[in-house]
Amino acid sequence: MFENLTLLQLQQYWWIIISLLGGLFAFIMFVQGGQTLLGRLSKGDETLKTMLINSLGRKWELGFTTLVLFGGALFAAFPLFYSTSFGGAYWVWMAILFCFIIQAVSYEFRKKANNFLGQKVYELFLFINGSVGVILLGIAIATFFSGSSFSVDTNNFSHWHGSYRGLEAASSIFNLSLGFALFFLVRISGALYFINNIDNETIKERAIRSIKIDMLIFLFFFLIFLYLLLSKSGFAYDNNGLVYYQEYKYLYNFVEMPIVLGMFLIGLLMVIIAVFMTIHFNKTCCIKTAGVGIVLTVMALFLNVGLNGTSYYPSTFDIQSSLTIQNSSGSHYTLTTMSYVSLIVPFVLAYITYAWYQMDKVKITKDEMEDSHTHKY
Amino acid sequence: MEAHLVDWSRAQFALTAIYHWLFVPLTLGLGFIIAFMETIYVKTGDEFWKKTTKFWMGLFAINFAIGVATGLIMEFEFGTNWANYSWFVGDIFGAPLAIEGLLAFFMESTFFAVMFFGWDKVSKKFHLISTWLVAIGSNLSALWILVANGWMQYPTGVKFNPDTVRNEMYNFWDVILSPVAVTKFLHTISSGYIMASLFVVGVSAWFLLKKREIKFAKKSMIVGATFGLITSIFILLTGDESAHQVALKQPVKLAAMEGLYEGKVKAGITGIGILNPKKNLTNDEDSYLFEINAPYALSFLAFHDIDSFVPGLKDLVYGNDKYGIESVKSKMLKGKIAIDALKEYKEAKKSGDMVSQLTNRSILEKNMKYFGYGHLKKPEDVVPPVAITFYSFHTMVALGTWFFLLFVLILFFSIKREISKYKLLLISSIASIPLGYIASEAGWIVAEVGRQPWAIQDLMPVGIAVTDISSTSVQATFFLFAVLFTLLLVAEIKIMLKQISLGFEGGH
Repeated sequence: MFENLTLLQLQQYWWIIISLLGGLFAFIMFVQGGQTLLGRLSKGDETLKTMLINSLGRKWELGFTTLVLFGGALFAAFPLFYSTSFGGAYWVWMAILFCFIIQAVSYEFRKKANNFLGQKVYELFLFINGSVGVILLGIAIATFFSGSSFSVDTNNFSHWHGSYRGLEAASSIFNLSLGFALFFLVRISGALYFINNIDNETIKERAIRSIKIDMLIFLFFFLIFLYLLLSKSGFAYDNNGLVYYQEYKYLYNFVEMPIVLGMFLIGLLMVIIAVFMTIHFNKTCCIKTAGVGIVLTVMALFLNVGLNGTSYYPSTFDIQSSLTIQNSSGSHYTLTTMSYVSLIVPFVLAYITYAWYQMDKVKITKDEMEDSHTHKY
Repeated sequence: MEAHLVDWSRAQFALTAIYHWLFVPLTLGLGFIIAFMETIYVKTGDEFWKKTTKFWMGLFAINFAIGVATGLIMEFEFGTNWANYSWFVGDIFGAPLAIEGLLAFFMESTFFAVMFFGWDKVSKKFHLISTWLVAIGSNLSALWILVANGWMQYPTGVKFNPDTVRNEMYNFWDVILSPVAVTKFLHTISSGYIMASLFVVGVSAWFLLKKREIKFAKKSMIVGATFGLITSIFILLTGDESAHQVALKQPVKLAAMEGLYEGKVKAGITGIGILNPKKNLTNDEDSYLFEINAPYALSFLAFHDIDSFVPGLKDLVYGNDKYGIESVKSKMLKGKIAIDALKEYKEAKKSGDMVSQLTNRSILEKNMKYFGYGHLKKPEDVVPPVAITFYSFHTMVALGTWFFLLFVLILFFSIKREISKYKLLLISSIASIPLGYIASEAGWIVAEVGRQPWAIQDLMPVGIAVTDISSTSVQATFFLFAVLFTLLLVAEIKIMLKQISLGFEGGH
């Protein structure tokens, strides 16, 4: 089946998978968003905080797993990106990793007796992961559009130019706008998740209030990002692989790929509808609508930057070193093999959904948190 | 690349790997022990086994979280610290990593939540299945990462593509079913099972010494020791096959493991020995200051033939015509020819010279298996640190033998006698927990230090594999992670000790 596809078709298939993973990762980052809301929604009430943390704690591994899979899939499908970006933007990725390590232990260690660093430190870790980690990820993803200062030599070994090793990306308004937009988006999804997952009126009221504010700030940053993106020149390449600047490249990509544009607009609309229904109609199930919306929107952004003859990781140092899905991918054989493995994805999504459904049938309550026989964070 | 950078990058990866491996073995084995216990609970309906399962599960969770955290770093360190390597092998290495994420890691993390929070939310059977799936998932995760590691020790199923300047996979099954990968997986997971068994036996012994939770401790001890004994026998077999594979695929590593400088027919194995620090490749000093040797054993271990010749480091570095062993110098020449041919090929391609392209491609293919040797500065570079490899190997084997005896003794005294009366045995069981960690880490040191200087055996030395970055950056992150991992390790140990002391009915 996959053997009969051309290398380009396989590369496109894998870029779609990467885009889907990127979208799923952005959705699952409601855990990170929720982590930044702990203080605001609990306001010092320890029981409420425990409910919030236990609600998130049952999902944190999924975010970790998606990040690992996202990295593994990029490594397998587009190894030149993996070696160029991770080795080049060293400090940005190291900082992101640091933010994720401290999250992994925080849920389990926070409340345990004799936990050495103290409860507050682990809660601070959760906040750092949810804020700095997410903003840095947004900045790193924005470089897919804005580029980085690297070159690739004849052995396909990459070299970074600039002593800040990726940290310079944090000085760009374009990159920062996506970083902050992502930060406020995951806070919205975090609040929607709490409303859905916890049976408590106080948390619900505070979450709705938080969504109202975060939605306005999200829209502010996202519209800045969108304006800068659609009005900027992009990195196109021709049939010979020659990369050149093209005005309004990303705008044209949306116009020339109407399905991607449709995904983007429907996705955005779904997020807005989810927020509207929650605020005005007191709905509790809108994390699902918002979740699908986030996946579609982020996926559309990835598809925009990777398809239609666009360099998805441009070099601002040497434009011809820019990475495209064609010059940075794995071989036909590897992509074919991996494509067969990808057929398992629906099965994996199905059992995750089933387990999630089974676990969330009963919402988290105060009583559950006060039961000494249940495992708690 | 500057030597300083290579050393710091190696140190950083070693640091992460050592810390990661402090947590993984327990996860691999304890997952199954918990699943056995819960199965007994579901079969019998006895609440005692539910509480027992929950106690060990609590310790499992504390350990699991930090294992996941350090594992994440390892995946991305391939890119951050070994960027050139990432490109050179990404076509092969990325596939197992991605499959690990999809097939194993999701299974682990999804059912982990059900296992801990689903006790009263899902049916007994679904909960039990979840517990088994967490255990299976963590072991599947090990499978794929060990396939990748096995490939680095013995690259197979790939072909070098001069157009992309990397190795490309042509046979997926060759990669995952390579004898090195299969043996490595089986040997490594069984070491994890032993580690977990030691943990269960040791913690139970502590309760018996304290005269607390007697029934719980005795029952847990029998489960742990039974699992440990079965896997100790299994690890003996996989260890034998592992050494055989090393003899065939990485003879320099085997020679270093035994401190063998001159090759021997009917070679003996060193049971106990102290290496002579003055010994090197060029002098005639004795290899050992002290040695107890088991005759013929090394020849048998290496090639399953007591009369076979086991090459020493000198034979492998300088060559031995009698046994058809090529010198490293000769391999270096061929490696340089391969590197030059690649360069010529690329230039010919640029200028459109088809004849030169074909000629150089043919030269490259002929010499490709020596490609990595072309980057070495001198033949002696292929010798890994002998003392570290030797002592790690012998520590691992000696402790493995002790663990086998311990499990036999525990089972004997648990079944035939009143084990709580044998204080020395109980103290030994507790002391064996750290020994288990030492043995497990020693095994990895043999595997990884023993293959230096190769990032990929014979194809890519670490000096070429490393990211082009300042050593100061790597130093900074080394210390950053060293401090963080140490803090988290201290936290884990303190929490573990506290949770254990809270006992059977302790906090969840």
